[in-house]
This record gives sequence, C-alpha cells and structure tokens, in this order.
Amino acid sequence: MPKKYHIPVENTPPRFLVVGKYATLEFREDCAGSCRECVKKKCVYDIFKENQQHISSMDEPEYLYTCMSCFRCVQECTKGIFSRVINPDYRSLGDDYWHADIISRTWYQAHTGKIPVSGAGYRGPFVGKGFDSMWTDMSEIVRPTRDGIHGREYINTSIELSRRLTRLQFNEDMSIASKLPPIMEIPLPLLFQLPDFGVLGQGVAESIARAAHRLGTLLFIRPEQYSDALSAYTDSLIPCLTKDNYTEHPSLIKQSRMIELEYKTGIGQEISAVRAINPDVIVSVGIPLNSRAAERAVVLTQDDVDTLHFYADNHGNELGSDDPRFLKEMIREIHLRLVKGLIRQKVKLIFSGGIAMAEHMAKSIICGADGASIDIPLLIALECQVCYRCKKDQPCPVSLEEVEPEWGSKRIMNLMGAWRNQLLEVMGAMGIREARRLCGEVGRSMWFEDLEKECFGPLFGERKVKGLGC
Amino acid sequence: MTDKKTTLPLTAETPSRFRNTIGKYIIRRNSRCTSCGLCAKLCPYGVHPRYDNYAKPMRPQTHKCVGFACKDNDYYCVDRCPEKALSLRLNPIMETLGDYRWTTEMILGHWAMAESGELPVVDLEYSLGNSGGGFDKIRFKKAPKKDRLDISDEEIDTSIILNKRGDGRPEKKISIPCYGGGMSYGSTALPVIIGRARAAKRLNTLTCTGEGGYPEELVPYKDHVITQMATGLFGVREETIQHAPVLEFKYAQGAKPGLGGHLLGDKVTPEVAAMRETVVGNALFSPFPFHSVYSVEDHKKHVDWVKQVNPRLLASVKVSTPTDVDMVAVGSYYAGAHIVHIDGSYGGTGAAPDIAKKNIAMPIEYAIPKVHRFLLDEGVRDNITLIASGGIRNAMDVAKAIALGADGVVIGTAEMVAMECVRCGNCESGRGCARGIASTDSELGYIITQEWTEQRIVNMYMAWRKQWCNLLRSFGMRSIRELVGRSDLLVHLDYLEEKERSRYQPAPSEALIL
Repeated sequence: MPKKYHIPVENTPPRFLVVGKYATLEFREDCAGSCRECVKKKCVYDIFKENQQHISSMDEPEYLYTCMSCFRCVQECTKGIFSRVINPDYRSLGDDYWHADIISRTWYQAHTGKIPVSGAGYRGPFVGKGFDSMWTDMSEIVRPTRDGIHGREYINTSIELSRRLTRLQFNEDMSIASKLPPIMEIPLPLLFQLPDFGVLGQGVAESIARAAHRLGTLLFIRPEQYSDALSAYTDSLIPCLTKDNYTEHPSLIKQSRMIELEYKTGIGQEISAVRAINPDVIVSVGIPLNSRAAERAVVLTQDDVDTLHFYADNHGNELGSDDPRFLKEMIREIHLRLVKGLIRQKVKLIFSGGIAMAEHMAKSIICGADGASIDIPLLIALECQVCYRCKKDQPCPVSLEEVEPEWGSKRIMNLMGAWRNQLLEVMGAMGIREARRLCGEVGRSMWFEDLEKECFGPLFGERKVKGLGC
Repeated sequence: MTDKKTTLPLTAETPSRFRNTIGKYIIRRNSRCTSCGLCAKLCPYGVHPRYDNYAKPMRPQTHKCVGFACKDNDYYCVDRCPEKALSLRLNPIMETLGDYRWTTEMILGHWAMAESGELPVVDLEYSLGNSGGGFDKIRFKKAPKKDRLDISDEEIDTSIILNKRGDGRPEKKISIPCYGGGMSYGSTALPVIIGRARAAKRLNTLTCTGEGGYPEELVPYKDHVITQMATGLFGVREETIQHAPVLEFKYAQGAKPGLGGHLLGDKVTPEVAAMRETVVGNALFSPFPFHSVYSVEDHKKHVDWVKQVNPRLLASVKVSTPTDVDMVAVGSYYAGAHIVHIDGSYGGTGAAPDIAKKNIAMPIEYAIPKVHRFLLDEGVRDNITLIASGGIRNAMDVAKAIALGADGVVIGTAEMVAMECVRCGNCESGRGCARGIASTDSELGYIITQEWTEQRIVNMYMAWRKQWCNLLRSFGMRSIRELVGRSDLLVHLDYLEEKERSRYQPAPSEALIL
C-alpha cells in the first residue's frame, strides 16, 4: 500500500504579541486593593498570570489574545471594576474581505496546526456573499468510515496538473498507440504564489518555497524573484514567464517540472517552443479572470495546455468589470463551458485570488476547479496583519523582512495541515474519498438561490428582494 | 381542542449565580450618594436593593434597569436623586457578548426570562436575531382582531403527541412543544444533567441523555429521559433502553453532520470513563457512520431490536439536513420510527470544527417545509411526529418552526443560555466551561446546582409559553397543534413588496465583529 500523505505540524508560536479581539478594562480607582478574592488570580484560563507581574507599570488596557470570553472576571469581581471592549487594533485588521476573524483564525492555525474547533453553534450570518451562499452536502449513510480526522479509511487529496487525452488509441497488438502526455500530481489541491503586496524579502520567499517543497506542492514565482537561497527547491518552483522573456530563461525551462506562461493572444506558439526546450515540462497559462476567460479557456484547452491558472483580484472578483462576478460564478462559467465543449477532462483548472479559508478551497473544487492557488493566507501565516502599510512604504508592524525561513515554513506547513484536515472533514461528510472526484460535484452542494426556490417558493411565492437580502 | 385548564409549573425568582449581573444599561452610583434610600423606594423594578437593617448603598442591579425609556416616569431615579449621584448609560460590554444568531439582547432577554419566569420588562429584542435570513426574516402575519380569543393561558393547550402511528404503544403527550436536546454525561456537569431532567419532569416533557451513558442519579426521572443511542454506543445498556420512554438513534448532528462526536481527553474523568467503559484521559471519538447501519434495512433492524427490548418505547431517529433529508425522513417512517428528528446545520454542539458548523448541510428553516411537504405527499404525515432542532433559539422560532410544518422542536442552546451560558464556545477546551455548565472538572462542574438549573429552565419555558399563548389567542387557536403546517400565517420579508414589507418589524441588521 502506498504511503499515506500526512502533513506534520508543530507548535510554532508567533514572534510578536498577537492582536487579540478583546480588552479587559479595569476601573482601578474602585479596586479593593488587597482583595483575597481577586478574579485575576482565579481566572480559569490563567490569562492574567503574566499581567500580574507588571501590573503596577501597566498604564494602558491590556489586549488579551488569549481571553476566552467567559465573563467571570466581569461578573465576579467583588467591586465590579471590570468591563470589556473590542480591541480597536483588532477592528482595523484586514479589510472588508479579509476580515479580522479570518486573519485571527489563520494565525491560530499557523501557530498550532490545529483546525479551529469550538463549542456552541454557528455564530455568523444566515447567508453571505461569495462562497458563503452555498453549503456542502453530507451523506447520512454512504461515507468513508472514520473516527475523527485520523480516519481509518484514507481520503486522497491529490490532484493532477497535467493534461489528459480524451481517448486512448490502440495498436492491433493492443499496445497503446497514443502518445501519452507526462503526468504530474501534487498531494493536495493547493499551490502557492507570492502576493502582489507585502514585504517579500528573501525570508518570506524561502519560507514559502521550503514549505512548498516539504508539502510536495509548487510555488509560482517570477524569474526575478529567484535567488540562490531558492536553488534547493527548484523542483517545487514554477517560473512564471512571458511571451517576451521566456527565451531569456532556457535554463529555468529545462530545470523546472512545470512553467507558467502569461496569457497573450497567440500564446500557442510559445507553448510549442517551451515544449521543444523541455518535452516533459508541464505548461500552465496564467489568465486574468475576466469576461473573456471562458472563451480563452476553450481555445487553450484545444491547444493542449496542461493547466489553466486564472487570476482573480485579491477579493476573488472578476477583473475589469464594473459589476464583477465572484470566483464562484466565474469557476462555474469556465468549468461548464469546457464541459459543454466535451473537453473538460483534457485540462486542469487552478484559481487564485480571494481563497482565504479552507472552505473556499473545498467550495472552489465543488464549483469546478481542480485546485486553488493561495498567496495572502501565506503572508498571514507569517503574521501579516493585512494592514497594507507596505503599499504606502511604511514599515511592516511584524517585520516580515526578518522572517526566518525555518520558522516561516513551519507556520505555513501548520496552516496547510489544518486546511487539509478541514478538507478531509468536509469530504468525509460528503462521502467522497478523492479530491479529484469532488471537482464540479455541485450535486454535493446546496445553493442559497436553489434552496429558497425549492423550500420557500411554495410557501411565500416569488422573492421580491434581489440577491441575498442582506 | 380542550376545555380543561392546564396546571402550570410554578415559576420562582431565580437570580444569577454571579455577583455582578450584565444588563443592557449601566446605572452607576458615585460618591455623592448619601444613602438616603429614595431610589430604592422609587424604583418599581428593584434596581436599587436595600435592606431594612443595612443603611449603606448597595451596587444597583443594573440588569433590571429599563433604561432611557424610564425618563418620562416620575420614579426616574437619575432625575429624582437629590444628590445627583446616579448616572445612566448603555452598557458598552453589549458589543462583546452576542453574535449574529444569538444577539446580546437575545441572551440578556433569556437570562431575564430564566430569572423571573416572565417576559423581560427591559426593551430587549429577544425574538429576532441579526442573521439576516431564515427565522430572522420570517414573521407571523398580523391576525384580524375578530379572530382573537378571550381566554387565559391555562385554557390554551401547548401539548404535542409523540406517537401518531396508532401501533398500540403509548401516545406520549408532552405539555410543551419542546423537549431537551441530548447533552451527554461527560460533556455537561452532572448537576446540569439532573437539573434538566427535574425541569423536564415538572414541565411534563423530556430531556435526553446524549451519548454518554445513564447516570444512576437520572433513574428517578426516567419517565422523562430519552436514551440516546449514537455511533459510539457509549453507556447504552439493555436496562437504559428499558428505562426510556423514547429511544433516540442519533445518526448525525446538525452542527457537525457526517462527523463523529468528540469528547476531549481532559473531560474524560474517572467517573466519565467508568460510565463510558473507556480509559481515563483518553479522547473519545464516536465513529461515523453507525458501523452496523449501511442501509435503511439495517436501520429497521435497529428499530425492531429496541422495540423488542422495551414494548412501551417510542423510536426517534435524529438525522441532520442533507439535500435528501426528505427521503431519509420517509425511510425512517417506513423503518418503524415514531419520531423523525431533523437537526439543522446551525445547531449547537459541545465541540465541532468551525468549518462544519458553518458549511455542512442546510439550515433547519429550509428542511422543515421540505420534509413536511414530502411526508404529506407520501400520505404519511399524520402518522409520524416531525421534530425540528438546530438553530431554534426562542419562543417565536419554535412557533415559526411549527407553522412551517414541525410538530415540535428540540431545544439545547436556549436551555444552556437559561443557565447563564455566554456562548463563548469553550465547552471543549481544557477543563471545559468556565461557567460550570459544560464541564466535568471537579471544581467548575459544581458551581452550579441542580435545583437552580431546574428552576431557571422551568422559568424560561413558562415565559416562552406566554408568548405562544399570546400568538395562539391572536389567531383564535386553542391548541398549538392547530398551528402545525400553517405556513399561510407566515410571511418572509424578502418575498414581500416594499410597501407591504414596511408593515412588519424590520430584520435587525448590524455588522458585527466576529
């Protein structure tokens, strides 16, 4: 039996004090002073332990990453001097897509390698934009037999990045007559790329490359971002070349397992030229995710490209549109166009931009992607606060330029370990044992519009509010 | 229809276990106070406690303060204080307590109900959450005044029947359209388990063991305790099946459909390990699925077996809400179940991956009408009891669920909130719940008593009952059973034209920091 894929995780604490959600405020003028019942000493989670040591010098509210929100200090202080507020720094994390809770959970996963588990029910809105307007299905009976995430039955998360023939031809002696294209497989449906912002120093690049190498996945990287430090990870790098510069990098093409060419009209010629240099290289074409993405996908698939890599913006939106569609709708359009053209099986589809959580990866695949490529979550794993100060040439609050590659790669591996385990949870519930089988399986999902129509339509008639109504 | 008056369990003032209560408003007394006692005399809500033999001012019971609405009253303490020692403001802590589904006001409202047994007098929105969909967008139509019945709460029947098969087994009538959800020995403190059972007995309803065995202390309440049989079969014995009026097969749980239960090692104390026949300190995973059930025929074999063990027992089948939940429900009926219990995806849990709670399976609001209609079309709806759960938070959610097609509901989280749960979500970590509810820790699990638990739950359901009675009276109904499937009495705000929509209370919508 082949070795089962497993991502080793290891507790890797952050370098800086993490921005916590809550602050406990104390009205010290009312403190009894030498109270024997002090709730700080009695905290169930011991979070005040360190505070006590420097309490006399503390002149600002202490923001508590570790506060577990039990409210016992607030409710039990003999003088009632405690109150709580939301940390203003927590509010300012991220933006309207990369929410504070996404960043905070990513930090947790990168720190511990564990999947976020909690008690009590779901706390969020009934339905939300983008991926939050679909639910994954589950099967009451038909599902892999498993005990928690360390299941006895193996769930395979690997995907291929290489093209396939739509049919095989045989010689008279039943030997295969078709010329078989090279096969390339990665063990999880995720690839890496460097974000378009951030302090992307050597430490960051090496952390990501090292993590990709250890995980068995790949990193999209431009030739100018190569360095000596990355030479040990050549097998895990996908040089992103253009029509104009690919001739300058024959050695990169020769040494790489996979390369990416930026989409330009008539790119087919360059694809042939690249394959002439390295016949076994897997060729991806990077395409902006815009209104012409689907038609380009059809043409490129017919040109025998291995993988199509679509770039949405950082919020998962269509590019170049006043009324942009979200990744989910764009994936459906491209996938279905290829299905309709009977060529979907020939090519692999990778989408990037806006993949922020493990569930986005699973839902992208359900919509029709083979896999996803991520960038910002990798930075967040390295403690990025998505504050965009770097875009304004201001110093990074978490000194990303000083990231140590071994620490960084462990944080990224932790995050990927947690994401993969979450994918296993979702796939296990659906009764699907292969990530490849999940591709385009919308039957294993439920969509807001469909459920409203099916369940509420007969009761309430037609929806008068467009969209999600929230 | 009934003309008999129901005897209701008594409510009793059951204050918070904690010294400082949390309210919507904060009323503060500064050092100018001379302890004249005027505020205590004036306030009809008891915000300013004062004892005859104790002259010093005491800290105000802020959670009872009705806030700025009091300003026009001649007993408004802030204006009447001769020393101007009192000040009133909104409590900033509100922002740090609730979430989209259980808003802060809903939590505080339920604490108030559990304390007094009455509907809150403070202006709290306890019937609608901020989720922007489902129950929070559904409203009851305004009933014509002529339909209103002039009858007392005691004359209204809120009971439901759990066995409609007519198979010679007991009909089993419970007095409220709710029973308690499964919370296992191991996941919750023993006083909580026993307190819930005592409340169930007084309310003439049921509670459920969850998958953790049947502690001896539950035996006196056995007529009101459902034995749950889940995939780990922890603590299930022939005698616990013989005790049970209802046996619940838990195939799945709404909060984590398709995943097994998980009790972390810290919670597996010697007592829990003994009950579950496992090893102390070892995390316990319930496997998935039932290793003995891979078809509806296998399921029928299970149902037949437990029916054989206890000839008076009713069989309930708890499933979550996949896309084919309607088919599963019909399959369960034909396998011999008396109750089909569908558990929606936004339901509570002691521990579940966040990805599962948010994403797997459909919300209960969709599943109820889907299953109800399918059972009707199959011609079996009158022979089976449809119970819904998972995200049913308050009395009006219960009524809406029934109008959508359920016979009754199962309540878990609201009972926890009645016990002062703050929904911090740390039920599973370390020593468990810091508030003593979901903990087996020798210290934490005993900061709560069964008597207190019992009365808080009774109080909450009695307050809920008042809301149901008001609603039923307004529609001219004498029994909650008349409400089943009456979706014609409901509107969904998103399905109304703007003008019509404006006649209904808008859905709360406030962006929260999660």
